[in-house]
Amino acid sequence: MVFEYAPAPESASIVDIRPSYGLFVGGEFVDGHGEPFKTVNPADETALAEIARADAADVDRAVRAARTAFEKVWGPMPGAERAKYLYRIARLIQERARELAVLESIDNGKPIRESRDVDVPLVAAHFFYHAGWADKLEHAGFGPDPRPLGVAGQVIPWNFPLLMLAWKIAPALACGNTVVLKPAETTPLTALLFADICRQADLPPGVVNIVTGAGETGRALVEHDGVDKVAFTGSTAVGRGIARSVAGTRKRLTLELGGKAANIVYADAALDQAVEGIVNGIFFNQGHVCCAGSRLLVQEPVAEELVERLKTRMGTLRVGDPLDKNTDIGAINSAAQLARIGELARAGEDEGAERWSPPCELPGRGFWFAPTLFTGVAQSHRIAQEEIFGPVLSVLTFRTPEEAVAKANNTPYGLSAGIWTEKGSQILWTAQRLRAGVVWANTFNKFDPASPFGGYKESGFGREGGRHGLEGYLDA
Amino acid sequence: MPMGDLRDAGGVSTETHTSAAELRAFLHGLPGVDRVGAAERADRLAGRSVKAAAKAEAIDLAISMVDLTTLEGADTAGKVRALCAKAARPDPSDASVPRVAAVCVYPDLAGVAVRALAGTGVAVASVATAFPSGRAPLEARLADTRAAVAAGATEIDMVIDRGAFLAGDYLKVFEDIAAVRDACGPAHLKVILETGELATLDNVRRASWLAMRAGADFIKTSTGKIPVAATLPVTLVMLEAVRDYRAATGRQVGVKPAGGIKTTKDAIRYLVLVNETAGPDWLSPARFRLGASSVLNDLLMQRRKLTTGVYSGPDYFTVD
Repeated sequence: MVFEYAPAPESASIVDIRPSYGLFVGGEFVDGHGEPFKTVNPADETALAEIARADAADVDRAVRAARTAFEKVWGPMPGAERAKYLYRIARLIQERARELAVLESIDNGKPIRESRDVDVPLVAAHFFYHAGWADKLEHAGFGPDPRPLGVAGQVIPWNFPLLMLAWKIAPALACGNTVVLKPAETTPLTALLFADICRQADLPPGVVNIVTGAGETGRALVEHDGVDKVAFTGSTAVGRGIARSVAGTRKRLTLELGGKAANIVYADAALDQAVEGIVNGIFFNQGHVCCAGSRLLVQEPVAEELVERLKTRMGTLRVGDPLDKNTDIGAINSAAQLARIGELARAGEDEGAERWSPPCELPGRGFWFAPTLFTGVAQSHRIAQEEIFGPVLSVLTFRTPEEAVAKANNTPYGLSAGIWTEKGSQILWTAQRLRAGVVWANTFNKFDPASPFGGYKESGFGREGGRHGLEGYLDA
Repeated sequence: MPMGDLRDAGGVSTETHTSAAELRAFLHGLPGVDRVGAAERADRLAGRSVKAAAKAEAIDLAISMVDLTTLEGADTAGKVRALCAKAARPDPSDASVPRVAAVCVYPDLAGVAVRALAGTGVAVASVATAFPSGRAPLEARLADTRAAVAAGATEIDMVIDRGAFLAGDYLKVFEDIAAVRDACGPAHLKVILETGELATLDNVRRASWLAMRAGADFIKTSTGKIPVAATLPVTLVMLEAVRDYRAATGRQVGVKPAGGIKTTKDAIRYLVLVNETAGPDWLSPARFRLGASSVLNDLLMQRRKLTTGVYSGPDYFTVD
């Protein structure tokens, strides 16, 4: 008996994609003055819309609009009043959740199940959570009367376009700052829909400004003199460049960069749930997750059995149409990213690791990569060291807890880690020794607006979310 | 896991030599179950969207897996005969509807069901062993079983001694099951774990392995006589157990969630769970059953909706 699930696509008709989009500056959609670019549906390579490219003058206008709004309206506004706007935005996000989820899946390639059940609910939760802080900042532990910084220049990545927007905008606004945000070049659409939500919420003009474009636009924004705070999520290489350009200025900086998380499975772990956690850790969002559990460290007595179970489980993953409600793994976001994943996977083979993927039919058009497992990986291999940012898992083994910790920490990154064991004391012992900003125990990739998120070492600095996340937007 | 001894048993369904210490060490050596993770996985699979042609196939499969059940103190021969008629021909107006897998009754009514179902291909299952509590002397429970088999039941649904299990007397539970297994003769043995009384998913996994090692042909969640019946996480853990047991021994044991399965949506969720946990080899009435009665009419109603495009009211489906 073969139990095939018929295609169950979410209807794309709920969202109305315009042929072209401008910049959102001072509460209005305006033309950009750079060469417009197209955003593409990664699942079938069709162009979705033409997007304005902001040049330095456009960015300057956006920063001025934000400055004016900060000085005249948003900065002086009592926290309780700011909260009302944030609550209103949060509710509008919930009301328009389906629209946002479908648009996110179309522009990004992530499965609708994830955009609908994870991304958009978390986006609303971040606004609700920070709305609650807006009138209670004096209780946040940063002094009796913490002040906003001013204008925040924010640059976000393409892996969680709307969620990263929420992580950036919600705390900034709650603390009384205004923002100029640049979404990623390949995924600008939900940010522009968010601009529409800001208008619907009657957010005062200039409090939120969205400038679209590529690296040049981002550079113009972070290097702009009128920006008081720079927040960036993205690759370590770009983050380094930003840190250099901001050094010596008055600008405050938070960076959330790459990761190469270790997911440590001890021999006494609940194996079936560990397998689920491993799958969720690396194949969630096609592995386009900075905190993905991309290095699996398994204790040797259960390594063989675990890998066997993992392979069986990987065989049930459904790769395909992001809008199908039964899809587990969607499309890779861009041709460039697909090429990078392919290159690193080849490097893994060349260096002697054993590559395995379940039999799986990939669509003919679009950017796709089968879920992939590498066994026999050594710490010295590139696939154990470099961030792949794709559905590729490297399996390493260890013998003792000390060895697990040593290998887990043996990376320039330090964003997240996972521990799987039925023994509570082992969780505590391990977590205390891991140099990672987030440590999950018997679960993985769990997010909550109340929980601070951020990295050690080359994974960046500063925290987002929770009480700690407010610090990056206050004169503390 | 100390699987070597099991593999040596190759094909023999009942182990003949086992000790309390070995059994205990084995059951406590099984990998644990994380409750939160199991619930999350079951919840995730419940989100699968099964529509159109896939739904039509799933409905027919689900109908063919139903153990149509009546286990009331007030059962009569007439009630059982009515149920049997429904089992053989669930929808009198549509001959293409498959028959159900079995009718499940108390032992004293097994004979009535056997006569009513002769020639239909629907099996007769009988609960036995002082169902639902199991609190009777072993001899009485075995006599109960023999009587049901003598009356013609080809499937026996027994209950385990939950008291002994929770007290850690695994050998007693094992020997009880093995004895009932013997008393069944050619009849298939379904072992009811009554998971609502086992409290933890670790216990569900241990009880599953215990029953399989003692010779169960099926492991079944519940009697339906206590408030907590079959749940998706419990069934998930049992499906993992039969999957792992086959990998270790080569013998394929069936699974039967029972109680609380009321709608087509519920039934399809169980099928998805089977498909993605134990695998397609379990997607047949020989390996998976749904212990339920009210679900049948909902399946029929959804089936007619798919074929005709309109919903018929409950009055268009027989109440038996």
